[in-house]
Amino acid sequence: MNIFAAVGRVFLAFLAVTGRLALFTGEAVSHAVRPPIYWSLMLQQMLRIGFFSLPVVGLTAFFTGAVLCLQIFIGGNRYGAEAFVPQIVVLGITRELGPVIAGLMVAGRVAAAIAAEIGTMRVTEQIDALTTLSTNPIKYLVTPRLIAAVISMPILVGIADAIGVFGGYIVATNSLNFNGAVYLKNTANFVTQEDVVSGLVKAAVFGFIIALMGCYNGFHSKGGAQGVGAATTNAVVSASILILAANYILTSVFFSK
Amino acid sequence: MAVSPKIELKGVKKRFGPKIVLDGIDLAINHGDSVVILGGSGSGKSVTIKCVLGILRADAGSIRVDGEEVSRLSGHKRDVFLRKFGMLFQGGALFDSLPVWENVAFGLIQGRGIGRDKARQIALEKLARVGLGEEVAQLSPAELSGGMQKRVGLARAIAADPEIIFFDEPTTGLDPIMADVINDLIASTVRDLGVTAISITHDIASARKISNRIAMLYKGKIIWDGATKDIDRSGNAFVDQFIHGSAEGPIKMEVRR
Repeated sequence: MNIFAAVGRVFLAFLAVTGRLALFTGEAVSHAVRPPIYWSLMLQQMLRIGFFSLPVVGLTAFFTGAVLCLQIFIGGNRYGAEAFVPQIVVLGITRELGPVIAGLMVAGRVAAAIAAEIGTMRVTEQIDALTTLSTNPIKYLVTPRLIAAVISMPILVGIADAIGVFGGYIVATNSLNFNGAVYLKNTANFVTQEDVVSGLVKAAVFGFIIALMGCYNGFHSKGGAQGVGAATTNAVVSASILILAANYILTSVFFSK
Repeated sequence: MAVSPKIELKGVKKRFGPKIVLDGIDLAINHGDSVVILGGSGSGKSVTIKCVLGILRADAGSIRVDGEEVSRLSGHKRDVFLRKFGMLFQGGALFDSLPVWENVAFGLIQGRGIGRDKARQIALEKLARVGLGEEVAQLSPAELSGGMQKRVGLARAIAADPEIIFFDEPTTGLDPIMADVINDLIASTVRDLGVTAISITHDIASARKISNRIAMLYKGKIIWDGATKDIDRSGNAFVDQFIHGSAEGPIKMEVRR
């Protein structure tokens, strides 16, 4: 009987969340160009988001490059196209797998950490305390994390690209009898500036999504430990879905011609 | 010309969904008054002071501080307005990521732009004021007992020499001796600094010690307001029941059996 009311409630709730997220994003971004800018907090966050994610992203990229190389060799072998392994590995890593795998790994690691930290600050009234100390909590907590993630992610993905290609190189030269010099020469000759830059632009967008989802969910967490737990889960899930959706849109924009 | 009250609330209303929390609060507090707002859990005490601070926005009514309407302040004007206030939060709300001295100096460094060295000096003086030595300054808030955290919270509340201090459940969670120490500290701080204070509590002993006036909040309205010395002969059955902590009386707790 009340199915229309239920659907309407869900739709209105969705609109309310979208509106809140848009306002939150707008305020956080607007603070990026209005003094005071918290430089030291930004550097601290760049260390936490970028530098401390290097081991996990590096390892993931290495094995992704290695398995990509192996699969392309096996698939290419059916058509006698094994020689194209270096080209396809570098293309796959720089355009898609580098940014997406790094994005998902950092979403799991960083969005969760941000949501848990800010969520705990919310439920222990630390965010209210910031307000009473004449400090805008969005400017102090959110904007430095957004900027840090947007700067850190492309650097992280640039390194992940190199490690991913290196993973492919190791497998190709040790297991598939490729000549190392030829492999590297083919890789370098094939990859274009557009391949790399498109991946780095994606990385910056993914960084923005990760920090935004972590901060937004943490900022709006309610209740106690359960609320913070829910915020953490929501941050990782929403960041991961948005990264995959944004990846499709960006790929369409960059390579639709 | 009559002097306007330091803080004046007229017809302040606030609801969360269907739940009416404040139903037209009227309260005027003069300069130098130390007022305790008494009331049971969930009676809207915290919401009242959060509305004054602008952490929550009142749905209706007027909130004036020094004669100026403040219920709709935003941006820089709000930051400047908040410099008049200090607040001691119920759980301390100390920032876990900062050592004790930086917690105390936070409002000076971030809110007022005072240099770190000078701010540290002021923080040490304020810590001494609440009976904490220099050895505590470098500790993390997690290393402090509940009573010490309250003292640090009090030092942070008075660090920027505010005109008005809010105390949110200052003795909750403390043993009776430490609670009395905190009460003494609050009473002497308010007296020595000549500030206007609003405390919210359901601890009658604390209310008697730290206030010169008590207002009782029940079902979103102020139902009694008078001098602390008159509380035992208020002639109000609600107040009598509350101060005697009796289950029998006009205040009925919603307990399901």
